[in-house]
Amino acid sequence: MTKIAVVTDLHANREAVEAVFAHARAQGATEWAFLGDFVGYGADPAWVVDQVREMVEAGAVAVCGNHDEAAVIGSTPQMRPEARMVIDWTRAQLDPGQLDFLAALPFQVQRDDVLYVHANAFAPSQWEYVQGRADAVRSIHATSCHYTFCGHVHEPRLYHLGATGKAGDFSPTPEVAIPLPGYRQWLVIPGSAGQPRDGNPAACYAMFEPDAQRITYHRVPYDHESAAAKIRAAGLPERLAARLAEGV
Amino acid sequence: MNDRPRAKAPVAQSGTARSSGAFDSGAGSRMKRSGEWKYDIGGMAPPLERGAIVDGFLLEKRLHQGGMASMWRVSRVDAEGKPAPVEGEPPLIMKVPRIKGGEDPATIVGYEVEQMIMPALTGHHVPRYIARGDFTRQPFIVMEHIAGDTLRPRLAEAPLALDEITEIGIKVANALHDLHRQHVVHLDVKPSNIMFRPDGAAVLVDYGLSRHEHLPDLLEEEFSLPMGTGPYMSPEQVQFIRNDPRSDLFALGVMLYHFTTGERPFGAPTSVRGLRKRLWIDPVPPRALRKDCPPWLQEVILKCLEVQPDKRYQTAAQLALDLQQPDQIVLTRRAERMARSSQWTRLKRWFFALGAEPAEAAAPSATEVLNRSNIIMAAVDVDNASPELLEQLRETVRRIVLTEPGARLACVSVMRIARIGTDALTDHTGKSLHVKQLVGLKHWARPISKSLNLEDGRLTFHVLEAPDPADALVDFARRNQVDHIVMGARGVSALRRYLGSVSSTVVAESLCTVTVVRASAPDAVPAEPVKQATPSDGIS
Repeated sequence: MTKIAVVTDLHANREAVEAVFAHARAQGATEWAFLGDFVGYGADPAWVVDQVREMVEAGAVAVCGNHDEAAVIGSTPQMRPEARMVIDWTRAQLDPGQLDFLAALPFQVQRDDVLYVHANAFAPSQWEYVQGRADAVRSIHATSCHYTFCGHVHEPRLYHLGATGKAGDFSPTPEVAIPLPGYRQWLVIPGSAGQPRDGNPAACYAMFEPDAQRITYHRVPYDHESAAAKIRAAGLPERLAARLAEGV
Repeated sequence: MNDRPRAKAPVAQSGTARSSGAFDSGAGSRMKRSGEWKYDIGGMAPPLERGAIVDGFLLEKRLHQGGMASMWRVSRVDAEGKPAPVEGEPPLIMKVPRIKGGEDPATIVGYEVEQMIMPALTGHHVPRYIARGDFTRQPFIVMEHIAGDTLRPRLAEAPLALDEITEIGIKVANALHDLHRQHVVHLDVKPSNIMFRPDGAAVLVDYGLSRHEHLPDLLEEEFSLPMGTGPYMSPEQVQFIRNDPRSDLFALGVMLYHFTTGERPFGAPTSVRGLRKRLWIDPVPPRALRKDCPPWLQEVILKCLEVQPDKRYQTAAQLALDLQQPDQIVLTRRAERMARSSQWTRLKRWFFALGAEPAEAAAPSATEVLNRSNIIMAAVDVDNASPELLEQLRETVRRIVLTEPGARLACVSVMRIARIGTDALTDHTGKSLHVKQLVGLKHWARPISKSLNLEDGRLTFHVLEAPDPADALVDFARRNQVDHIVMGARGVSALRRYLGSVSSTVVAESLCTVTVVRASAPDAVPAEPVKQATPSDGIS
């Protein structure tokens, strides 16, 4: 039985990513999909990119996020000073090989009946957020796949569209297997692994079982204190360190 | 009878519901936009006939043909069509939704909901789920076949005997509590959805309108009309609330009312306006319709039928507990009513119900309602326990009840009787012993009831007569869905060595949390000094 671990918005948080990988392996993950934003905010961009690159070479899916694009392009004068500072710092941590890997990432990948994309399916490179049902329906209408996985939004969420044209949304309960029958279209937002923002500091990811047509949202506690200490030690903005403890 | 079996449609018996335009007639065009995936249902699948094989199931006999689904008795066959039963599997039934014209939202979504929720359910009070069919080919659900009839034919025999009404109430309440503990609200409780196993346990069927707290609610956005069966729908269901387990208790109250009086408390409305009337018009009290209806039964029924869920029983277990001890039911003004409320009261209620919307944010989840409405059982050995232990037990119980304002407290003591020759207790001496224990129990609990103001049936007393106290306590806790047992330990005594420890047996055999209380013993010296564990202990 295929089990796809879908991990998104890793944000250079090595402690969170290690915890998620260990959890997903223990759950029996057979495939991996990464929905982008490997870097930005956190103190371990190079390590995270290396991990993902290794897994992509072994067959994992990975798509490009806005932070990855920014790291490749570099900061622009229009950015806020804090963002500019984080991007410049991140870029300096990455070697040419790592930057090339990020630059070569596609905006979306379709495998079988599943679409993987960072922000949305209607304009994958424009970085608009799926913030409600209307956005979700717009994204679902832009693909023929029954299953769309996207990140960008850091809070876990599940949207669905039925044959009668009615859309629904749902705040998933962690660790509960939710059936995703294939006669509906589904848009899954697993939530951020590296910078959760729903008030729960535990890292998010989702495990998709295409044969059984079901998804389980997971929350994995990790050593956010070490992750925050590294952010402070790197001289990155204090706000980015403090928020990890509260998951905001 | 208006209760003809009927699969899901918003507003029961409402022929108008599906043609009201509520179902987004533009859906078809939207579906097509998203390409290949729209379902071809109904039209594609050939009509099912006896002898057909669907996904390894042989259709043996059509048991029922309803408006929205047909039921087939089926058995497993292998690729060659030879019988291939699976060991330990019960007799099977296949439910096949009848989909007309391919786009009947009520049936499609109801079937989707049932297909989503049934596999998540377990236990004695639901039909065991076996398999489901792919919607794009042949939609179906295969489940355990519960033999026999539903409760529906019994409606024609109402009013029923009081004993039987009580028994139905207890069984259905137990089944509902089991369902609610699995985070599911049924939302279509009615006689035609209730069956019984040979051992008497109630089985709830038909989950097409149900709501699972941890799964997306596919029905939430689907319809702009209330969903349920008109006569049984709770006021909050009329107001689109779909996550309150107390809605099922309202429906059970409607059933009990019908079985008691032979009449429906709110008729069988077919319009939303008719449904909303139950927000301000209270039913004729059962005692006005049936002379021998005891006040306690009216109390129970009218409590279930309260408009505000907070005024009903908070859990099905609490309702079952009352029905098992009618003499313990605290009678309020509900029990005394012999007529409907005055015109003036109804007018006031109508005024406040006008355009009233329930406070959605305040609506508690199924888990919350169950968690805050626990049944706590205090097992008190009033005759033998030391005063210190009784005091410590009382203080512990008081603290637990204090932190759970919705909890009920059942105080229980066991009166030991001989294994044989129990008739000794039916005589005068036995009765007086029973009363003496009851008096002692009430006396023990008095400080709790006074300090916590336990009103409205939240405190009950039970003297059990049994040869084995531990068995009696475990059995009582199980039958009454007790969440937490609090009891005293006998302490280090000759008596315990001689009789064995009741508390350790209860701890070992109960299905719920057990707290064992000890009186502090200042002079107690451990028989042997406890050795501190060190890390090396674990390795050696």
